[in-house]
Amino acid sequence: MTEGGTSEFPLEGELQPPMANGEVLFEEPWQGRIFAMTILLHQDGLFSWQEFQDELIEVIGRWDAVNDETRQYEYYEHFSVALKTLLNKKDLVASGELSRRIDEYASRPHGHDH
Amino acid sequence: MSSSEASVRAEALESLLIDKGLIESDQIDQTISLYNERVGPMNGARVVAKAWKSTEYRQRLLEDGSKAIEEFGFIGGQIDKLVVVENTASVHNVVVCTLCSCYPWAVLGLPPRWYKDPAYRSRIVREPRKVLEEMGTVVSGDKLIRVWDSSAEIRYMVLPELPLEWSGLPESDLAERVSRDSMIGVEILAAPEDA
Repeated sequence: MTEGGTSEFPLEGELQPPMANGEVLFEEPWQGRIFAMTILLHQDGLFSWQEFQDELIEVIGRWDAVNDETRQYEYYEHFSVALKTLLNKKDLVASGELSRRIDEYASRPHGHDH
Repeated sequence: MSSSEASVRAEALESLLIDKGLIESDQIDQTISLYNERVGPMNGARVVAKAWKSTEYRQRLLEDGSKAIEEFGFIGGQIDKLVVVENTASVHNVVVCTLCSCYPWAVLGLPPRWYKDPAYRSRIVREPRKVLEEMGTVVSGDKLIRVWDSSAEIRYMVLPELPLEWSGLPESDLAERVSRDSMIGVEILAAPEDA
C-alpha cells in the first residue's frame, strides 16, 4: 500500500457520499480543465479516444515502472502529460511553444508561484 | 510538481488552444458542469433498477449492454462496448482497469480515486478476496470471484444482486439505493448478515 495518499481505497467505502449527490470529481480546478480540454479536442475529431488512451497507458506505465512509493499517484498529472505528448505528435501544439507559454505565465508577478 | 505549477501549465495550454482556435473557454466550463452534474452513477443505478424489475430488460442488458442502455439516452460517451456482468448466488464480479483507468463513464460517471490507484489496479487481480475484505466487503467462501479487466474497447459494469428485502420496492426507489461501488463490484448491497 502506498503511503501518503490520504483517501486511498480503504477509506473510500466508508466516506462514500450518498450516490444521488454525485461525487467530487476533481480535487483542483485545473484537473477539470485538463479533462474537459481533452474531451473537447477528441470530440472535434483531432484525435481518437484510442490514441489518447494509448498515450495515457504509456505515461502511467512509466510511472508504475519506477515504483517509488514515496510519490503520490497523481492521475491528472499523467492525464496532462498524455495530452501534451499527443498534441505535440499531432503538430497541434509543439512542446517548445507550450514551454515558452508556461515560462511566460510562471513569471507573472502576481499569484501563481509560491 | 506542485499544484500551482500544474495549474499554470494547464492555464498555458488552455490559452494556446484558444489562440489557435481549437477550443473556447466557455466550452470548457460547459463540459466540466456536464460531467459534474449529469454524468454519474445515478445513470447506472437506473439501469440496474430496471433490470431488477424486468426480466426481459435484464436479458437484453446481459446480452448487449451498449444496446440496452441506448434507450436511456445517456451522454458521456467512451462506451464503445458496455458489457454487464451479473452477480449471482455463485459468482461475484468485480471490475478493474489494470492498464490505466478505463471505466464506463456514461453509466458510472468518472472513476473514484481508488480505482485509479496502482494498489487497487494490481492487487484486485492477484488477491481479489483480500482486497474486497479490506474495502469492507466479505464475499462468501462458496462464491467464485471473477475480475474483469476493462480496456478502451470494452467497459464493464456489475449488475448487483437484488437484496431480498428490497424486492417489493418500486423501480425509482431501487434506483436510489444502488451504490456506485456495487456496480464496480466492490460492495454488496445491504448485506443482511453483516454484524
